This record gives sequence, structure tokens and C-alpha cells, in this order.
Amino acid sequence: MKGMTVIVKKVTQFMAPVIFIFGIYVVLNGHLSPGGGFAGGVIMASAFILQILANGEILDKLRKEESGLEFLESTAILGFLVVAALGLLLSGSFVFFSNFLKQGVIGELLSAGIIPLENIIVGTEVCAAIATIFIALVVFKDEVTK
Amino acid sequence: MIPFILCFILFLIGIYGIITQKNLIKIIIGLAIMEYSVNLFLILIGYINGGTAPIITHYTSANASFVDPLPQALILTAIVIGLATTALLLALAIRLYRKYGTFDIRKINSLKG
Amino acid sequence: MEIYLIIMLILMICGSLFSLHAKDLLSAVISYGIVGFGLVIAFLILQAPDLAIVQIVVEIITLVIMIAVLNNTTHQQEESRFHFSKMLYFAVVLIFAALFFIAFNKISPLLSSFGNHTTRMATPYMHGATVTGSANLVTGIVFGFRAYDTLGEATVLFTAVIGVLTILRLKGKKDE
Repeated sequence: MKGMTVIVKKVTQFMAPVIFIFGIYVVLNGHLSPGGGFAGGVIMASAFILQILANGEILDKLRKEESGLEFLESTAILGFLVVAALGLLLSGSFVFFSNFLKQGVIGELLSAGIIPLENIIVGTEVCAAIATIFIALVVFKDEVTK
Repeated sequence: MIPFILCFILFLIGIYGIITQKNLIKIIIGLAIMEYSVNLFLILIGYINGGTAPIITHYTSANASFVDPLPQALILTAIVIGLATTALLLALAIRLYRKYGTFDIRKINSLKG
Repeated sequence: MEIYLIIMLILMICGSLFSLHAKDLLSAVISYGIVGFGLVIAFLILQAPDLAIVQIVVEIITLVIMIAVLNNTTHQQEESRFHFSKMLYFAVVLIFAALFFIAFNKISPLLSSFGNHTTRMATPYMHGATVTGSANLVTGIVFGFRAYDTLGEATVLFTAVIGVLTILRLKGKKDE
């Protein structure tokens, strides 16, 4: 696949960062409004998919992106465990996943303890997972047709 | 009671698709339809007349009734897992197509030996 | 509210039936989109905006992946001739339908009627905002009360991605 016309490429240049920033907004406001790590992660992955569809496949670049995204995904799932273990160590009560940060006022951006942190980690993981799946399909197709 | 029955009929359509269709893509679609109907059924159970979305804002009165948040939390993760498993099934279908040149399971069966 | 939900569900049933009987695989995939987007509106009617956001994005990405797969392979579907085994399949479907209807009749007295649900299990979670400090109760449950579940789901997602990469890998097979 060669990619699309100049108009589509130019519009994608403007739109993809906006979609990505919206995904980050949805992740960060997950504990206040509808959304959260799962929704925001999929929205961020859709920005990646839009760029791949519009610009066509440059195989070397895609392979690099794939290995980077795999690393990101593994790190994110490790980070989730680390946050859980920190709750075990720091909170005094020996409970996995216990909330060791201050809760703050309900409805403020910096509240709810470790929940925003977990949102960011899960958002990273879902984004990396879905982008990896799409890149794997695209790379497979290119290698077969060659 | 009618929404429950319609949701159940959607589930039966999914089973019908899996059993009768011969195309791998159609079978995957049938599985996805079944998954959607189960998601919808759990949310239907948690709905309350006059309930609002389970989010506390400045405008929420003290004795407002929320819909049940527990099924929503369970389904939230199940939807994303559903996307990943559908992608896994599609990857298997592509692999079978590369090997046998068709999506038809009867031909795949007969070419096996 | 119930009538809109019923209309949406009938639309979804029509879409799923057409999707399973379409001649071309591309039109089957596109009419499968009707089911997913109808589900988005059903979630909005049922006061679940969290799920509606996730479902609409996931549906779009599922359609993109499916159409990419079909572009990669083929649109056409082999003609299926009518013969004896088809009758057998229909008989199996009818038996399944009858069994499920019997089971549904058994459990339907246990279900409270639509919209009159009593929160048996979720009452502690309803006041969860004071425990977790999260204004969105669903996020509070996903990452607070039931964080173990979320860890499990994240593991399943990771496993599915590893599975896709393993199935679709071409390199490394020649080295053996």
C-alpha cells in the first residue's frame, strides 16, 4: 500500500496529534468524567492507526515502532505490578493494591490517590497493545506480497 | 421483559451464525455478535428506572439514585479484551488463508490430509 | 425510554441477520457495524457513558482491522449449494434454540422486570466515592475495589498480543 493523496496526508498531519491529545485528556480525567485508561488508550491507538493508513507502510520504520511498542507494553504491565507492590509496602496495612497516596477532595484533578496513576499505566498498555496488533497485520501483509 | 427477550434472540442469532455458516469471517462475526449480546444483557440487569450515570458532579443531589456501577465496570474491561481476541481470531484466519487459499471451512477440511 | 431501546434492539437484530446472510464479505462486515453502533446507542440509553465511549472506538478499530484483512485476502464467498447436511445444521440450530428457550423460561422469574432492579451486591460500591475518592464510580470500582480483576484483564490483553505476534511471524522459521 502506497498511502493516500497529498490532501489526506496533510489533514492527517493536523488531525493525528489532536486525536492523541484528546486520548491523553480522557486518560487523565478518568476519575472525574466518563472515560479512563481503557477508553483513552484505544483513542490514542487510533491516532497511530490513522497515520499508518494515510502515510502508507514504510517497513523499516514500522518494525522499529513495533519493537518499541512491545517494550512499552511490557513495561506498563510491570509498572502496574510495581504500583500494587508499593501499596503493599508503603501503606502500613499489608494489602495488595492499597491506596498509599492522599485521597484529596472528590472532583479535583489531583485526587483519588493512586487511581490516576493506574489509569495512565493501563492507558499506555492498551494503546501499545492495539497499535502492535495493527502493525503486526500490516507488516505480515507486506512480507507476504513481496 | 421485552428487552431481555430481544437480547436473548440476538444471542441465538450468534449461535445460528456459528453453526450454519461455512465462512471463517462469518463465524468470527457470529462470535462477536454473541459477545455483544452478553455485554448488553449484563447492563440491562443493572438498569434502574430514573437512575443517572454513576458519576458524582456538583449537580448531583444527595439522594440521587445511580444505575448499578458493578456490571459497567466488568463490561468495560471485557469490551477491550473482546477487540484483542477478535484480532487473534482474524490473525488465525489470515494464516489459514495463506496456507489453503480459501476461507471456506469445508475445503480446508478436505485438503487436510 | 424502553421503547427506544426496543427499536434499537430490533435494528441490531436486523443488522446481524443481514450480516450473516450477505453474499459479499465486505457488506457482511459493514452491516456487522450496525450491531456495534446500535450497541453504543443502547449503552447511552441505559446510562452507561463510559461503555459508550469505549464501544464506539473499539467498533471503529474492529471494522478497520476486518476490512484490512479482507483487502489483504478476498471479498468473495464460495456459493453454498443446498444439500442434506444443511438440513442437519438447521435441526441442530433448532434444538439449541429450544434448549435455550427452556432455560430462559426457567430463569426469567428470577429476573426482576426491566428497570426495577434491586442492587443486591453493589450497595457498598454505590457509596464507594468516600472510600476511593474517585468521582467516577465505575473507575473507582475498576481500579479500586476490583484492581485484581483489572490486573487479570491486562494480562489477558498482553497474552492476546503475544499470540497475534506469534501467529503472524514469518521470520525466524528459516533458522531451524
